[in-house]
Amino acid sequence: MTPVSVTVNGTTHELDVPPRLLLADLLRDELGLTGTKIGCAMGACGACTVLVDGEPVRSCLMFAVQADGRAVRTVEDLAGASGELHPLQAALREHHGLQCGYCTPGMLMAITPLLESGQPLEREDVREAIAGNLCRCTGYETIVDAVVEESRR
Amino acid sequence: MKPSAFEYLAPESCDEVLAALAGRGDDAAVLAGGQSLIPMMNLRIAAPPVVIDIMRIAEFRTIERGEEWIEIGAGIRMAQAERESASPLIEYALKHVGHAAIRNAGTVCGSIAHADPAAELPAVLLALDGEVVLRSTRGVRAVAADDFFRSYFTTAREPDELVVAVRIPTTPRRVAFLEVTPRLGGSTGEFATVAVAAAAERDDAGRFASVSLAFAGVAERAIRAREAETLLAGAEPTGDAIAEAAERAADAVDPPEDVHAGADYRRELVRALTRRALGELASR
Repeated sequence: MTPVSVTVNGTTHELDVPPRLLLADLLRDELGLTGTKIGCAMGACGACTVLVDGEPVRSCLMFAVQADGRAVRTVEDLAGASGELHPLQAALREHHGLQCGYCTPGMLMAITPLLESGQPLEREDVREAIAGNLCRCTGYETIVDAVVEESRR
Repeated sequence: MKPSAFEYLAPESCDEVLAALAGRGDDAAVLAGGQSLIPMMNLRIAAPPVVIDIMRIAEFRTIERGEEWIEIGAGIRMAQAERESASPLIEYALKHVGHAAIRNAGTVCGSIAHADPAAELPAVLLALDGEVVLRSTRGVRAVAADDFFRSYFTTAREPDELVVAVRIPTTPRRVAFLEVTPRLGGSTGEFATVAVAAAAERDDAGRFASVSLAFAGVAERAIRAREAETLLAGAEPTGDAIAEAAERAADAVDPPEDVHAGADYRRELVRALTRRALGELASR
């Protein structure tokens, strides 16, 4: 077991973990943050995308021990304390930007830094940001619609 | 699937890494950004008993700009190399590597050390006559890219050696990078069906003084089109010269067949991408 100190959504956790534990599994199984999904576990689908020190990374391609001393932000950080949707989540709902929702947490975390930059976004910016996130049911158009409109609100 | 259990070492100095490698050889895997190693471990294609994390070593997190070389340390992630414009050709090529989330974690040196024959950065290092700096407890050596890449995922690195940096000559050159992947668009996340990394020096009269053309996706390792390069040395950058060089480059390759492309199609891509890349070098 290896000691790890990791800050997740603003709370610092001191844990002993086996080195082979993936960050995605630390979040889901140890911390109960099951919003982060695991799709392919090989970096292809993007469902497990979280922010580490503010940048999107694949939590299935990172061992929990590598997150030692770093700040992780997951989809659970987006909605308000009483459950009100983050504007980006509300925009996705409004535009039918999700159906089964499995890819949605990864999509949200891939888009969040871009949206928080405060720039009005073009469709191409959004496409590039989610190029590594596979959606197999909704299709990407409505997701792009939602993000572009939200960035210009 | 989940990775096999392993012993995790996270040294804070290069010497500690080298000592660990010296004692363990092939039993140890070096972990930097993890964007190649961890998927292989998740799929259990790799199950190293020991994993040595080198990302806590401050001296590796530098891009040094010297008179003759730009040296990119083993701790430099791709996104950082992109932001800090380590080199124009690396910057162009990185736009084709993985996705943003992969580049935020993966390192430049890691991609070179992994030596995927369809990866972009090995072709770039080869086109720029770059070198790989290797250290072990036995000493340090710099290996030319052409000698470093051997075959599929196989390099000149000995089991006790660590890739501590890659270096690129500062020679000012015009550069171009073009790639075709199964999925179209910018950041497709796909390895190259065929990619060309090209660099050229032009003399005062506008002739090609020297040209290098390196390809990914057409052989067991990144390769140069030496015959086409020789043909262009000292040549006027005319359409005919470029077309002739593109023919030579295409004739010289013996590409693999896979689900994405047959050998003939890859050869045609070599011809087309070479022509376009040289066109860019001629016009700029």
